[in-house]
Amino acid sequence: MRKLSHPNHLAEWKRIIQEERPAYQKVIAVSSGTCGRARGSLQILETLTQEIERRKLSDTVGVEATGCHGFCEMEPNIVISPEGLFYKKLEAKDIPAIIERTILKNKLIPSLVYEDPATGRKYPRQREIPFYQKQMRLLTENNYRINPERLEDYVVLDGYQALAKALFDMTAESVIAEVKASGLRGRGEAGFLTGKKWELCREAHGYPKTIVCDADEGDPGAYMSRALLEANPHSLIEGMIIGAYSVGASEGFICVRTEYPLAVKHVALALEQARKHGLLGAAIFGSEFHFDIQVVQVGGAFVSGDETSLIAAIEGRKAFPRQQPPFPAQQGLWGKPTNIHNVETWANVPVVLNKGAEWYAKIGSDKSPGTKIFNLGGRINNTGLAEVPLGTRLRKLIFDIGGGIKNNRALKAVQTGGPCGGCLPAGKIDIPLDYDTLSQAGSILGCGGIIVMDEETCMVDAARYSLNSSSEESCGKCVPCRVGTKQMLEILNRITRGQGEALDITRLENLAAVMKAASLCGLGQTAPNPVLTTIRYFRDEYDAHIREKRCPALVCQGLLPEKKKAKNTRRPEAGRKAI
Amino acid sequence: MDIEKILKESGTSQKDLVPLLHKIQAAYGHVPLESIPAVARHLRLSQSEVFGVLTFNRSFRLEPKGKIRVTVCQGTACHVRGGGKIVEEMEKKLGIPAGGTTADKKLSLDKACCLGCCAIGPVVVVNGTHYPLVSPQKVDSILEKAKTAE
Repeated sequence: MRKLSHPNHLAEWKRIIQEERPAYQKVIAVSSGTCGRARGSLQILETLTQEIERRKLSDTVGVEATGCHGFCEMEPNIVISPEGLFYKKLEAKDIPAIIERTILKNKLIPSLVYEDPATGRKYPRQREIPFYQKQMRLLTENNYRINPERLEDYVVLDGYQALAKALFDMTAESVIAEVKASGLRGRGEAGFLTGKKWELCREAHGYPKTIVCDADEGDPGAYMSRALLEANPHSLIEGMIIGAYSVGASEGFICVRTEYPLAVKHVALALEQARKHGLLGAAIFGSEFHFDIQVVQVGGAFVSGDETSLIAAIEGRKAFPRQQPPFPAQQGLWGKPTNIHNVETWANVPVVLNKGAEWYAKIGSDKSPGTKIFNLGGRINNTGLAEVPLGTRLRKLIFDIGGGIKNNRALKAVQTGGPCGGCLPAGKIDIPLDYDTLSQAGSILGCGGIIVMDEETCMVDAARYSLNSSSEESCGKCVPCRVGTKQMLEILNRITRGQGEALDITRLENLAAVMKAASLCGLGQTAPNPVLTTIRYFRDEYDAHIREKRCPALVCQGLLPEKKKAKNTRRPEAGRKAI
Repeated sequence: MDIEKILKESGTSQKDLVPLLHKIQAAYGHVPLESIPAVARHLRLSQSEVFGVLTFNRSFRLEPKGKIRVTVCQGTACHVRGGGKIVEEMEKKLGIPAGGTTADKKLSLDKACCLGCCAIGPVVVVNGTHYPLVSPQKVDSILEKAKTAE
């Protein structure tokens, strides 16, 4: 065990790790995030290890359990280095053949190779698969090279060099200037300039200052935080230490949901390793900077996505938001200046310092530089996590990377930003995905959930489902949100039951306007988005429900024609094909 | 596990409340109402404050739950793929509503708002083991396995 007490030790340690590493000819990385494990990746891992031992190949072939590779649809999958071969949807019985033919004889097994469902072309190498090839993976590229339980793997890939650079070659002010120049914006809801937020916090009075990583990912349909925490916890920790140095914080908190046991485990382990090696705690890298991070498990409520309610949750109170300003950067945890970012934002910080602000600012669109991880879900062929530059067109994300709509159906709508995001119609498919254009279109970027809906989706019902989540998550502190979500939900329930009234659309719009203007936090302000956008873009469906008592997509059970009703005896929840 | 022992190991400031409640729940399977006065005294909070946090957060339960925990994900992605049908089937097979516990107190059925494994939905979790791509036909075998696993 070595303690790094000087920045030069890092390069030296990297060299030693490289020398001491077993000289494997091939390394098999098994994607073992939570989804991979649920699909049996640990069994694959075990069978691989046994088979390699049985054939006495342990000295030449390595097996690693890595975090999520992002292509969740193809779990469990493996990547064989150095060639970068990608085998998908494996079963234990495939393993002997993989060792025999691919590892020993360098031959492909065609049945395990990814085949593009649209063109039928086979892609043996991971890089060449359209799903990966069209992405720009700044944060997720290393996932299959890192065993998240080993700090060494991160150090070999130049980990913690950004921290060394920040601590010894830069002043706190120049780090903030660099982050500001890069144009990095918070990857959570509001998209506030990260550097600006740091500056506010640095200039604010009060001690001790704290920083927080919001990994309390309660947004249904999004799991990029979980994937990063599980696959590469040190990237986020490094980002947080740099942030703490810049704002002058001495204490940090990572809030993780109790629903993510593997993420909790990996982060706790990573913190312990960082502490042991002198990267956290007193005198980081032998400098005069002291900082430590603790993991906080919060009780699980979507409303903690708001900064002030997350603060309340950490303090041990009910997760109620409060009026802003004062912003948390001025008065946060225990009334002291606090900087809060989500996992993705923190993980971007080392990238900015390593590559330089100028380089970073060139990626993505003018006002929203950098990449964003999107979570493709719903009726799409390639479900998974895709990282693309901000400003990428929705069409590229859904058709080129996502492989198009399931069963070749027609695209009807896309909901961005989770249950508080709007539903964009197929006609908006060429919209660039960044903060500003999405909010102009009535939606939000949010944390990057993309739910694809096809022609079998009823838009009124989709709005009802989203509002149902928001009303359940509403904390109840402010009236517009507590009563507004409930009333809107009641009206939508009525419409989908066939009891809609002519005035209902006006009522919905009025309620939405009050909620947007008067709600205390982001939840209430954005909860009407799905309703407003579906009214804006799919008015005809509302009219069909209300005036003609008919559900065009044949989803709303109360509005089905008699014949269909007799055949379809399932209850509405069950019979719904999409959202 | 004695409540006093858990309290002794815990800090005494308000930020220790949620971790403390987690610990009590881990020991008892739920947070017994009787423990609230002791917790409030230990942290120097009012009982209503403790009760408020306890009932605000979804993770905590006031009623005892069965040893076998079956959780069905109801997130957007699982919902799209028929997660609702799975809950119904479970409710029918077990004869209890979601959130309930069987008469022999052995098994509890719950719904979760999102477990974050959206690509493999609908997802069912039994005591930490994930079952991917669950269909109503698979419910029987999952419950069978759950009952024997304990």
